[in-house]
Amino acid sequence: MSFWRKALAITRKDALSELRTKEIISSVLVFALLVILTFNFAFGANQETMKLVAPGILWVTFTFSGVLSLNRSFISEVEQDCLEGLKVCPVGREAIYVGKALGSLLFMLIIEAIALPVFALFFNLQVLSPQLVLITFLATVGFVSVGILFSALSVNTRAREMVLPILFLPIVVPVVISAVKASELALSGATWSALSSGILIILAFDAIFLVASFFTFSFVIEE
Amino acid sequence: MAEPFSTVWAVETQDVTKVFGNHLALRGVNLKVAGGESVVLYGPNGAGKTTLLRVLSTIMKPTSGNILIDGLNLKDHAEALQRRMGIVSHHTFLYNSLTAFENLDFYSRMYDVPDARERIREVVDMVGMTARLHDRVGILSRGMQQRLSIARALLHKPSLMLLDEPETGLDQQAISMLWEALKSEGQGKRTVIFTTHTLERGLELGERLLILDRGKIVHESATKDMDLACLKETYRRATGVGV
Repeated sequence: MSFWRKALAITRKDALSELRTKEIISSVLVFALLVILTFNFAFGANQETMKLVAPGILWVTFTFSGVLSLNRSFISEVEQDCLEGLKVCPVGREAIYVGKALGSLLFMLIIEAIALPVFALFFNLQVLSPQLVLITFLATVGFVSVGILFSALSVNTRAREMVLPILFLPIVVPVVISAVKASELALSGATWSALSSGILIILAFDAIFLVASFFTFSFVIEE
Repeated sequence: MAEPFSTVWAVETQDVTKVFGNHLALRGVNLKVAGGESVVLYGPNGAGKTTLLRVLSTIMKPTSGNILIDGLNLKDHAEALQRRMGIVSHHTFLYNSLTAFENLDFYSRMYDVPDARERIREVVDMVGMTARLHDRVGILSRGMQQRLSIARALLHKPSLMLLDEPETGLDQQAISMLWEALKSEGQGKRTVIFTTHTLERGLELGERLLILDRGKIVHESATKDMDLACLKETYRRATGVGV
């Protein structure tokens, strides 16, 4: 119980801080909307082309927005050495990982919940299906679970904005590719059974990333 | 140094070393601090004072050696021993975007402080910050933030305080308030280990002084045996640096 109470206290603290500063959600959301807008202009009004490229555009938007969001995730912990403040608290490093990951997941889901309808509007596609919502949720879980690990790793480096995508994107590629494939099927109106293998692959990556990140996080935040 | 009645020291380090790359920051530090004792660490920049406090506070792990707090090995009982420690560092460990209350509320959750609201009111009162409780930390002055950092460290009623130049940014009134709050609260007297560059202050507040130089304790004595002139001479001889 104590583990979850402390993890949720960290999430609550991050949410409260974000409510005050609106640093992550507002800037990342603007970025996401600009990417959607740019692609919309780039591919014109051809509905066939749109259908073809939409899954890719969607996940390019979420991937780069996610990287931006993850980049900010540990910044508040570095100011005034708050991460050290957390490390001297009687709280397991794993609870810090879970608390930070839940916070980032929350921010990304909010951004995606706003970006998806905008995407639907611009691309004139039926993206608000339960299938696509589920795929987006599961892929975001995998994305954040490993992303938060690399965010903690890169936050103390000098060029952290560069380091995070360079280290993180090659690792998260399997989730992104699976999400693009599954989204393509979902957008073409595939049934749940047709989607099941794609969803299972994303779930498998989620499980692997979650377990691996959970157990390696404590090594990452030591000195 | 007074031998405790039992053989359990509040803090005991056994041959503690800390290496950064090829730099030896601590070279076999052996330290014994009795419960309720107040120990001041002196030393020039780079002597290892901050590193020693960081190792004691679990921010860093020692490269080798053992640290015992109340007879328990810090390596094996980290979480239990962290509950007994209060740490004031160069940095405040406070979130600028949150209010003073929100910061203290967050840390009280981290330390499982019972009756947190009441306790927050107490510690904030102790450091004279009641009027600024709902202000955002980012808009407070450095001195105010330091007061709040002391309140944060006191929240869970630690029996051991580790203070790295705690007077940074504080005015005279706040300094007096700080030491009143730190040295005792309730029945028990706290064990305090602190660093300072102000020799007079260390003499006044410490019961025992240690001088560190290049990662080693090079001098140790009771402060009552020293006056300021004697301390200056001892410091110069021990470190080769005049003050």
